[in-house]
Amino acid sequence: MNKEILLFVNDREQKIVTDPQRTLLEVLREDLKLTGTNFGCNEGLCGACTVLIDGEPNHSCMVRIGEVEYKWITTIEGLAKGEKLHPVQQAFLDEEAFQCGYCTPGMILNAVALLQKYPNPTDEQIIEWMNGNICRCNGYPKIISAIRRAVKLIKEDK
Amino acid sequence: MTNKQNPDTQQNVIGRSVPRVDAPHKATGKALYTADMKLPGMLYGKLLRSPVPHARILNIDVSKASSLPGVKDVIIGKDTPGIKYGNWRLFPQTQDEFPLAMEKVRFIGDEVAAVAAIDPDIAEEAVGLIRVDYEELPAVFSVDEALAPGAPLIHDEIEELEGNISIDRNIDVGDLEAAFARADLVLDDTFTLHAVSHAYLEPCAVLAQPDTEDRLTLWTSTQTPYIVQCLLASTLGLPENHVRVIKPHVGGGFGGKMELRPWDFCAAFMARRTGRPVKFVLSRTEELATGRRRHAIKIRSKVGFKKDGTLVAKDFEAYLDGGAYNSMGPTATFLCGNFGAMLYRYPAYRYRGYHVYTNNPPAGAMRGFGAPQAMYVSETQMNIAAKELDIDPIDLRLKNAMVTGDAIEGVTKISSAGFVESLQKVAEMSGWKEKHAAMPPNKGMGIGCYSFISGGVFNWFNTPYHFSACEVRAYDDGTVHLLTMASDIGQGSDTILRQILAQSLGISVENIRITSADTTMTPKADLGTWGSRVTLMNGNAILDAARKIKENLAQIVSLKFNLNVIHEIAFADGRVFAKLKPERGISFAEAVAMWVTANRGRELTVRGYYTPRDKGLTTPAYSFGAQVAEIAVDPDTGIVTVEKITTAHDCGTVINPMAVEGQLEGSIQMGLGYVLSEKFVMRDGKTLNTTFLDYKIPSAEDMPQIESCAIETYEPEGPYGAKEAGEGLAIPTAPAVAHAVFEATGYRCKELPITPEKILRATGKLME
Repeated sequence: MNKEILLFVNDREQKIVTDPQRTLLEVLREDLKLTGTNFGCNEGLCGACTVLIDGEPNHSCMVRIGEVEYKWITTIEGLAKGEKLHPVQQAFLDEEAFQCGYCTPGMILNAVALLQKYPNPTDEQIIEWMNGNICRCNGYPKIISAIRRAVKLIKEDK
Repeated sequence: MTNKQNPDTQQNVIGRSVPRVDAPHKATGKALYTADMKLPGMLYGKLLRSPVPHARILNIDVSKASSLPGVKDVIIGKDTPGIKYGNWRLFPQTQDEFPLAMEKVRFIGDEVAAVAAIDPDIAEEAVGLIRVDYEELPAVFSVDEALAPGAPLIHDEIEELEGNISIDRNIDVGDLEAAFARADLVLDDTFTLHAVSHAYLEPCAVLAQPDTEDRLTLWTSTQTPYIVQCLLASTLGLPENHVRVIKPHVGGGFGGKMELRPWDFCAAFMARRTGRPVKFVLSRTEELATGRRRHAIKIRSKVGFKKDGTLVAKDFEAYLDGGAYNSMGPTATFLCGNFGAMLYRYPAYRYRGYHVYTNNPPAGAMRGFGAPQAMYVSETQMNIAAKELDIDPIDLRLKNAMVTGDAIEGVTKISSAGFVESLQKVAEMSGWKEKHAAMPPNKGMGIGCYSFISGGVFNWFNTPYHFSACEVRAYDDGTVHLLTMASDIGQGSDTILRQILAQSLGISVENIRITSADTTMTPKADLGTWGSRVTLMNGNAILDAARKIKENLAQIVSLKFNLNVIHEIAFADGRVFAKLKPERGISFAEAVAMWVTANRGRELTVRGYYTPRDKGLTTPAYSFGAQVAEIAVDPDTGIVTVEKITTAHDCGTVINPMAVEGQLEGSIQMGLGYVLSEKFVMRDGKTLNTTFLDYKIPSAEDMPQIESCAIETYEPEGPYGAKEAGEGLAIPTAPAVAHAVFEATGYRCKELPITPEKILRATGKLME
């Protein structure tokens, strides 16, 4: 049974008529053409599909579209302000914190949420927070360094 | 050592961490992977897989599936041309796979039918409506069962085969019996190495689009577009030129995406039948339950030493569990024997390798390709011998280490080796001498080493073309277009190859546009990204093309400035000039413009090629390295924590330090998974752990402190002296950690992976 669902994706209002049981991941990718959010496992176990829902990181493959009515969704496409990258994106570039790049959007969004909650995270906090995001290429050290760098970039921005 | 620098400039591109060309798109979500693509009228494909490990197909009824509204096509093996394929085209009897099963299924997950429908849910439902009647056959799930007398024949249709051994390889060097007679210590151990998953984050995906005039275009998640093009054309019965294969961004491969796969064929075949684009995206469960994997291998290794630690002989016997099809198993069988003889000087060596069919999911190429298994055995036996002979494990290795100029007789020659230096450096960096002897209780320090090939020289694919090729187009605005079939799957080749071309032409990387991995655009051929071949092979093809560009531009500059033939023409800083009179020169852009004018409007376009010749049977060049692991074991739970990994490695000239570091850190992650946490749980051919919940890849918290040092050698056959850095590094972590676990607990692991349970049993904390 289709339903009209209103939500805000990357600061834009979106009205979608669809089956509320479909996953947020599917709607983002298929209906809204936001393919930066990647499909990795469809079981909430790899983190490749992480997006922010009202600022909180979520596996979009585990969220029904009906659950996010009136919510604010941020995907990787919505992080940069115009030409200016989000400091976490910039830090990932500076530290070359990826190879194949498939886990990267989820990693970046989860890191953004981390730094919103803990602007000065300890290494333990970073590792614990990022532990649900799998990377198979670069083995994490550069991702952790990128998050440390992002802490500095955000401060310089202010 | 000087050759790697461009002597005409201070602005060297080689050795600099040039940012990845694909980085901005990957950080902003713009990078397109195959699953991201959508075409008008596109259909969604799904596969029906066999639920039984070995059976004859009696009947398939697709009538219900075909009549489901929204279903546009259903195909089974009998609808297809029924042409077998496999990567070893040189030996057709090894090509043992049909795109869809014909008479028999041979493993749980074997592809039986495919559906294309207007949406993925309908396709899935239709798959569930296909009825297959099977006559189940006896099945075998281990090498021992497959080789037992009276075992069922898995490929009874291949006349050349007598049993379940699909291919074997022998190496014989020296007089083995006489050599063993001289030994003071002989170790004879049997090791069981397990299968693990590539677990690339991007599941396999393909999109096929039918074209005008019966041609077709395929976007697929592959490491080897040329191989997919050739094998797809042959299975469809089309000329190769009718098939265009394009590699979009690929979310990791590690050896798991280097063959034609059934979904490639089914997408193409159904696209041609329906006249509509067809896309397949595999699920993670399909990937883990039925996907390719690293070979489980049973290895018996007998090795002899003199009292002083000198190696005298090795007898190495490997049985690879190939699963139901050859896949890349023959190559792994070949290489396993080669790697058994690497690292150290064995005056006598014998290898007997057997690739054995079973009814398990097929194993294929995976990062290291026979080497992680062979070297886990070699390195563990070195550590056992060090203990038995009371010699420090690093000293024992130094005594036997291969050096530049060494050879395996009749097999290979080592043209550069920084192994001794790697051992010395890793000992120094890790504080081995002081720390190893005085580890506190429940802590251990261990060592493991590796060597790996920089691309294979073998041509089992039987291509008539060069192993690697590129085209370089130079334009009058000073920019250059590099077209190459080399495939960037995340390792960074698009960036590294631009660096090599920029250095050679003396222009900046920003002025080089790259088009890679599109079989109609990029020159024939390149065998793809595997065996750590891209930097050396495509790098050399690029140097060949650059040399041709430079010859042409040197003529122009010589004419313009009336330069005598004794003048060397230099290319640096965006200029072309007389080396000893730099003022006599012009910009690269001007030189190209003048060349075009002088040639009456022709484009300055050249092609470069590389094929290794007279380099033995294996590879033109070997990497080397040594790694030390420091671990702690909780004596009550048996849980191992890896605290620190120190590595010194020789990959020749480092072209991009940041990229090499990334390879190293990722290799450690994969090595830790191999030795401690990853394992397929199998029951009667069925993979039971098919999610990342129970197939446990190391996560951020599992990573140790990492220190590393690159020992730079200069490889004469490598572009600017470079060798491989992509696969070898994935080898040493397992033996180093296992050695450290032994030092901490007394448990010597000969059956991977190391689990808390095995440790507790060995330490008497857990009774039967």
